[in-house]
Amino acid sequence: MSNLAILLGIAIIATASYVLGRYKVAGTSQTLHSLPRYYGLFALICAVVPPIVLFLAWLGIAPFFTSGPISAQITPAMIPEGGSASLVMADIQRLANGVMQATRAGLIDFSALGDTTNLDVLGETLAAAGLIFGTKIDPAVFALTQDYIVRYEIGHDVMTLLLLGATILGALWGLYQIRPSFWARNAVERVLRLVLMLAAGLAILTTVGIVFSMLFETVNFLRLHAWQDFFFGLNWAPNFHGDSELAILPLLWGTLYISAVALAVAVPIGIFAAIYLSEYATKSLRSIAKPLLEVLAGIPTIVYGLFALVVFGPFLKDWFGDGGFLGVNWMSDARSVATAGIVMGIMLIPFVSSLSDDIINAVPQSLRDGSYGLGATQSETIKRVVLPAALPGIVGAILLAASRAIGETMIVVLGAGAIARFTANPLEALTTITTRIVSQLTGDGDFNSPETLVAFALGLSLFVITLGLNIIALMIVRKYREQYE
Amino acid sequence: MKDQITHGLENSVTSTPSKISATQVNVHYGDAHAIKDVNVEIAPNTVTAFIGPSGCGKSTFLRCLNRMNDTIDICRVTGNILLDGEDIYDRKVDPVQLRAKVGMVFQKPNPFPKSIYDNIAYGPRIHGLFKTKADLDTIVENALRRAAIWDEVKDRLDAPGTGLSGGQQQRICIARAIATAPDVLLMDEPCSALDPIATAQVEELIDELRENYSVVIVTHSMQQAARVSQKTAFFHLGNLVEYDDTTKIFTNPRDPRTESYITGRIG
Repeated sequence: MSNLAILLGIAIIATASYVLGRYKVAGTSQTLHSLPRYYGLFALICAVVPPIVLFLAWLGIAPFFTSGPISAQITPAMIPEGGSASLVMADIQRLANGVMQATRAGLIDFSALGDTTNLDVLGETLAAAGLIFGTKIDPAVFALTQDYIVRYEIGHDVMTLLLLGATILGALWGLYQIRPSFWARNAVERVLRLVLMLAAGLAILTTVGIVFSMLFETVNFLRLHAWQDFFFGLNWAPNFHGDSELAILPLLWGTLYISAVALAVAVPIGIFAAIYLSEYATKSLRSIAKPLLEVLAGIPTIVYGLFALVVFGPFLKDWFGDGGFLGVNWMSDARSVATAGIVMGIMLIPFVSSLSDDIINAVPQSLRDGSYGLGATQSETIKRVVLPAALPGIVGAILLAASRAIGETMIVVLGAGAIARFTANPLEALTTITTRIVSQLTGDGDFNSPETLVAFALGLSLFVITLGLNIIALMIVRKYREQYE
Repeated sequence: MKDQITHGLENSVTSTPSKISATQVNVHYGDAHAIKDVNVEIAPNTVTAFIGPSGCGKSTFLRCLNRMNDTIDICRVTGNILLDGEDIYDRKVDPVQLRAKVGMVFQKPNPFPKSIYDNIAYGPRIHGLFKTKADLDTIVENALRRAAIWDEVKDRLDAPGTGLSGGQQQRICIARAIATAPDVLLMDEPCSALDPIATAQVEELIDELRENYSVVIVTHSMQQAARVSQKTAFFHLGNLVEYDDTTKIFTNPRDPRTESYITGRIG
């Protein structure tokens, strides 16, 4: 039975239970506790939830039955040089999928395949159908594949029966529960609450999962590489033959320097724009200008990166480079701290201005009236009353912008250059943590080498920094809420 | 209506000229006609109460007296309002300067989220009313004493003004207005957010302030108007219905609408 048929079967049973659930209470003369549709919905939920739970459980259990016993049988002889048992297992699964699909398509007949099958012919058939890469199939691997396919199909059959059985039993149980006095509405409400809770929980669990996966790889990295060098070293010199110097400090310097330039551009412009929009602009101007400013926030960062690389970097070089307008030779490459930092600052302007604008608007009008009533001008009022009242919130906005600047990737990949060093000259190229993560993970490097795993250590460090900034920002914003009430 | 004004003045305040003199004042909010041909003479060293049902225009008229309506885009004011004989809507008058002379206290206590000291020092600092820090200290202390809150806050001038109780906050706002050394104090329902005890304190304060200032108070409470004011103006639907001595308004009103309102039949 194909997966689609199983889904269809569950859907039909669920629909039927909805109709029956309504029908069961519709004919009674007793007063219903809930509207008929809630009884139907209750029966439908009873039918649908058990197979979903069962399926999720199956996803967790199935490997113990299918791939688990197979991978235990992989002998060292089957593992090619430089590979691992898990790679062989992945090959087996790929081959099994190919064989099963080919069988379904009628190209070959799996049940007719024996140990003696000509594997070269089989390989060519599958490769021709685009189902596997390469045509060479190891006989020992093929034997395991056959075993895997048998186990997989038994598992699939059992699962099909269980799923449909659970659906039917669930529907029957639900229908049995339904009587006019049953609080179907409340039951549906409870289920809905559970669904919402699951959604929230899933988001949190994913975050935790991401952190843990980075943590494990970081631990792997630190096992292969001296932590003293990573945290306190001063050189970044990855070398794929080993003996790399992988220090975070020069990258951190680049990250913080470029972020500082970005904030130096974004914070004053953003805050002034916010003050203008919230305090001076007329309503009609504001209704046009604010969305326009926010369009800036919707531009993909890669576009900003291109702008930095193609337009802004060369522009800076025209001024500060060799033979430039200023007659100085301060800039050798279009890619530099200033290029990436200023463009990133432009990207952050709407971020700062939009948040600050909301915060300034949240300052009660009564405070402004109080100030005007004492004979203060508009700018005095803004400077002495509105901004101080909004300051904690604005600081929160700046910190949020800072954590975005630190985590920003595409602009620095294209605009900042790739040289890890300590330089204070904003017209020289620097590199950041994010760009190094990209370059360490994109390439043909061995995954288990410190040169690749360092990306996870860098990622985790970045995560800790931005998380810290976000926590500080949230604390400030929360404190701000209690300020003027 | 002008007649009632001139005829009504019979006690000691009649001899001095009016502090504020408003003639034929009209206010429009966009298309809405909020104030219609209002004429009022406000005497110095007097508490004048504006009473009337909600939406009758009393607050709007009060805000005309220090041009606070200027901050509202759609608001248009016509007519003459003279402060000490000078037209406050004259092109040569800076509304910001005017507001320093005509202080205002609002319905909801609105201390700035600053220390108590900085709240009081706000006006003097803006207008440069002091030379030394000691001068400023004196101004702050005098304002707080005048507002009858010095004893309660003298030990915590650095504490935020927002941390005080509602009644204390309102007296801080009054002290803040006094510190700017105004001639006239406008109060827009200053007690409506306060409990009865705080209200009594503020009312007592208003009575004492009469010694130095002209006070104009908008109130919803007729009892309050009767308690604190010497003159009362009754507004209804944008019209000034009756303006007279408070005792006269509450004992022997001339207009049937006034009588209906003070006896609780309308409003």
